[in-house]
Amino acid sequence: MNLPYTPMELMICCAARALEDGRTAAVGTGVPCAAAMLAQRAHAPHLVVLFEAGGVAPQLPTMPISVGDSRTFYRGLMATSMSDIMETCQRGMVDYTFLGGAQIDAFGNLNSTMIGDDYARPKVRLPGSGGANDLASLCWRVLVVTSHDRRRFVDKLDFLTTPGYLTGLGAREAAGLPPGTGPYRVITDLAVLGYHETTRRMEVLSLHPGVALEQVRAATGFALGAAEELSTTIAPTAEELRILREEVDPHRYILGR
Amino acid sequence: MDTLPRGEGELYADPSADRARAFFASKPRALTDKLTTVAEAVARLVADRDYLAIGGFGVARLPVAVVHEVLRQGKQDLGFAGYTATHDFQVLCAGNLTGRGRTLARVDVAYVIGLEARGLSPHARRVMESGEVAFVEWTNYALAVRLKAAAMGVPFLPARVMLGTDTFRRSAARVIDCPFTGERLVALPALYPDVAAIHVHEADRYGNCRIRGTTVADLDLARAARKLIVTCERLIPNDEIRREPDRTVIPFFCVDAVCEVPFGSYPGNMPYEYFSDEAHLRRWLEVERDPDAYRRFLDEHVFGVSDFSEYLRRCGGLPRLQELRRQEFLLHQGR
Repeated sequence: MNLPYTPMELMICCAARALEDGRTAAVGTGVPCAAAMLAQRAHAPHLVVLFEAGGVAPQLPTMPISVGDSRTFYRGLMATSMSDIMETCQRGMVDYTFLGGAQIDAFGNLNSTMIGDDYARPKVRLPGSGGANDLASLCWRVLVVTSHDRRRFVDKLDFLTTPGYLTGLGAREAAGLPPGTGPYRVITDLAVLGYHETTRRMEVLSLHPGVALEQVRAATGFALGAAEELSTTIAPTAEELRILREEVDPHRYILGR
Repeated sequence: MDTLPRGEGELYADPSADRARAFFASKPRALTDKLTTVAEAVARLVADRDYLAIGGFGVARLPVAVVHEVLRQGKQDLGFAGYTATHDFQVLCAGNLTGRGRTLARVDVAYVIGLEARGLSPHARRVMESGEVAFVEWTNYALAVRLKAAAMGVPFLPARVMLGTDTFRRSAARVIDCPFTGERLVALPALYPDVAAIHVHEADRYGNCRIRGTTVADLDLARAARKLIVTCERLIPNDEIRREPDRTVIPFFCVDAVCEVPFGSYPGNMPYEYFSDEAHLRRWLEVERDPDAYRRFLDEHVFGVSDFSEYLRRCGGLPRLQELRRQEFLLHQGR
């Protein structure tokens, strides 16, 4: 199917639409940053963007390369510390965060630490939590934007770096994580997914135009449910695409991926 | 689910507040001239087997000259605090598996190996997958809290992260219940690094420091570290500090050495001064793929140069640095 937008553009639009106006979002570089910038220009002018290293509410001139580079507080309202940002999350004042990982399981738990089964001698050593575990523990709603394949959507993680719903309903609270927090949406190149209210397992909420449910299941390494009212993802509007291409990422740093 | 009461990882640094106090009792307090060279500071203040922490975040505001000097002087078996340690960790790894012994021996990992959006360092991966470096897991905030506990002079602080995960299982943290509310918390042990290096915008010769932009964990790090090397973009007169004391964020009595290193965060970013040299960082990542080529590259850029200013000259010198300054101020975009 020849679409007037790319899978990346659709994913960024879905991520942006998930962000309500007047909320706070702790974002990283790349797709999350592009989604927040699109949301601010499209429907959420009062979305407050926070960067983990201390940047608060910048007017981003270009895509930052690092969560700590000087763009993350360019014309911002504050340049503060990492603790101050994380403690804003810990106090309950940060609504959204975006995370990723090498692996994600049915409960939205993430692995960004290692591939293999020997911790001391990993097959592939990855960077580790960084701030991901912190943000996933402390922000109200966690969004993941990722490509969708069986290598990534696995039944069992090699390492549980960052908490999703852990083992299901009530497990986060039992572990001591703040009540009411947890995974919210997974946005992939095939579908938008959420979590079942009682099992806390991932389920398909909407299929992207032209994508069949069986295709999503085939790309997922665990049993994947679907919402009762399964819908089709709304395609990017002309205005969303214009903002994305002309204002958010004119150099196609992200869109070119 | 069952909650593990304590992580299985090893604690690399002593969290005792009393033993830290005993050390700080003997730390000099006098307002004395601490201006020196990076080479002298590293020779005097960094010992083999020390636990080292580096200020900044990602490639922003890194004390790169100190990291190079640690390699040149062949320091061995260091511990390291890796909270979004990117280029600094990559460079320190050059002291492992390159025929120069073992610079890094143990790492508190929150984020290492990666250079954020730029990708993973092939050599840092080799080092961390080799088995010759021991490591335990933490998170960025957990390490910041550990430094904050040390800065406060208490042996631990509670937080609400890491709970329920393998990150906790592979850490040296513990689970406690709040004595007031019963809420379950993670207890994070104080981290007093033996030695830390921080790059700042301005300092006087006594070590009073000014930082612009985000401070990351550096204000706590400066207070938590037993020994502290400060590198600064510019040395400023003490009169200037006294004119605006509210701008001092690190006081002189925390500081053991002050080194003036213009462009000292290169190839990293220095807020309001110069942007990161992305081409050089890309080249570094590319050359690491081939161990022999990497050894030659290190000879040309680190081991075979006398000091940091020679490194800057080999990387394009003033014209390149002027271009990075224009990038920082977006002047190259006509703004």
